[in-house]
Amino acid sequence: MSLFNHYLKSFSLWELLKGMSVTGGYLFKRKVTIQYPEEKTPMSPRFRGLHALRRYENGEERCIACKLCEAVCPALAITIDSEEREDGTRRTTRYDIDLFKCIFCGFCEEACPVDSIVETHIFEYHFENRGDQIMTKDMLLEIGDKYEAEIAANKQADAPYR
Amino acid sequence: MIDSIVNISLEFWNWFPPGWQLFLEIIAKIILIVLPLMLAVAYTTYAERKIISYIQVRIGPNRVGPRGWLQPIADAVKLMFKEIVLPTNASRFLFLFAPILSIGPALAAWAVIPFDRGMVLSDLDAGLLYILALTSIGVYGVIIAGWASNSKYAMMGALRSAAQIVAYEIAMGFALVGVLMASGSLNVGDIVEGQSGGFFSWFIWPLLPLFLVYFISGVAETNRAPFDVAEGESEIVAGFHVEYSGMAFAVFFLAEYANIILISALTAIMFLGGWLSPFEGLAFAEGTWLAATSMLWFFAKTAFFIFCFLWFRATFPRYRYDQIMRLGWKVFIPVTIVWLFVEAVMVVAEIGPWAA
Repeated sequence: MSLFNHYLKSFSLWELLKGMSVTGGYLFKRKVTIQYPEEKTPMSPRFRGLHALRRYENGEERCIACKLCEAVCPALAITIDSEEREDGTRRTTRYDIDLFKCIFCGFCEEACPVDSIVETHIFEYHFENRGDQIMTKDMLLEIGDKYEAEIAANKQADAPYR
Repeated sequence: MIDSIVNISLEFWNWFPPGWQLFLEIIAKIILIVLPLMLAVAYTTYAERKIISYIQVRIGPNRVGPRGWLQPIADAVKLMFKEIVLPTNASRFLFLFAPILSIGPALAAWAVIPFDRGMVLSDLDAGLLYILALTSIGVYGVIIAGWASNSKYAMMGALRSAAQIVAYEIAMGFALVGVLMASGSLNVGDIVEGQSGGFFSWFIWPLLPLFLVYFISGVAETNRAPFDVAEGESEIVAGFHVEYSGMAFAVFFLAEYANIILISALTAIMFLGGWLSPFEGLAFAEGTWLAATSMLWFFAKTAFFIFCFLWFRATFPRYRYDQIMRLGWKVFIPVTIVWLFVEAVMVVAEIGPWAA
């Protein structure tokens, strides 16, 4: 009897039809495509994109050249040189991030004691020349200045969970 | 004004000798068939991408032109401008001849396809044989392409495709023998006429097993998923057309889709009564366009089968090679033979719709 059922099933194409009914059903399902440049998916405040160096409200740069980020960076993407300024504070003279080495792990942000180095939500960028991938201190500060409001808001949103 | 134009063109037409007139008429008819066919082929590729993406819960091409309608045009233009790379050790003549041999039969078979009563390029009495012969020639394109490329993957693809097409050709031929027995004619138009008398006189009902065998063999014959081991992206890159690029590749592509349309049209003609209306003989449809025979029914049925091709591709995983061989030799051929026997008994015992 089971043999009969087996033949009945295979000759009536039962399982093929079942499969086709599934795919046929999906034909009419709502489509999940996001039309990327026009539509975007929601982004977490923890998103780790392009880096930025932040400043205090008075315009003083936050970074104190403690080099914790350089030490923690698993990809050795950060290079820092520092010296003492006239007012006796220690500041960086060079803060380079090699974006080809960077793996966007966010450890630098975690390690920073003064919330200076952060990763922003920016992920759409490109380089057109060799060497452009090195983000210098000036570039990082510029990004920080430009997006300070958003960076602060994201930090605020994530603060209760830290 | 219009009269004079008509007169002048008539005069111009009559100026041709009668032999020329016939020749020009045939050329015009061929163009009338091939141009829309090419357009249909182009838009079958679009339909394929769109339908498969819808089944996969995506939207598919929608950037070129409104809703992506110009996508096939863009593809064609792109392929035309690409270089045709000739592999160093390829057999030059055969390499370029293979795509032509592939698309030629796919287009030539349309000569005997009737679109409506009497609307056929050549009302051949041996139409069915002609179709069988031409669809078999198509495999040479694949084999020659695989051999001429002088590439291992291409050779593998060609071998697979050759064995597969030989296996399924037999089942397909037997299924058509069933149709032949039912209609008593090799003329494609007569086969359609033999199915007149409404929805339940179509050959699909008495010949249901043959219909299934024919259509599934047709899918195998066109090397379409789930029988596309000749291409088998994951195993042999692209099979017989790995080495092809530009327009030479495009011609293979066109041939594949032209074959899909051809097999769909043939299935519609052999089993679903071609241009006959499904509402024939029903009281409510009597006298209206619904019951009338028309090209629309033929196109609708063909479109349905084309859709099935795409649906299969979106549904089924590729067969393993030995399973394909098993299905062809050990399932389809016995099934067709048994059903031919049953049919023969029915014909002799004068049971069934075609007792003659």
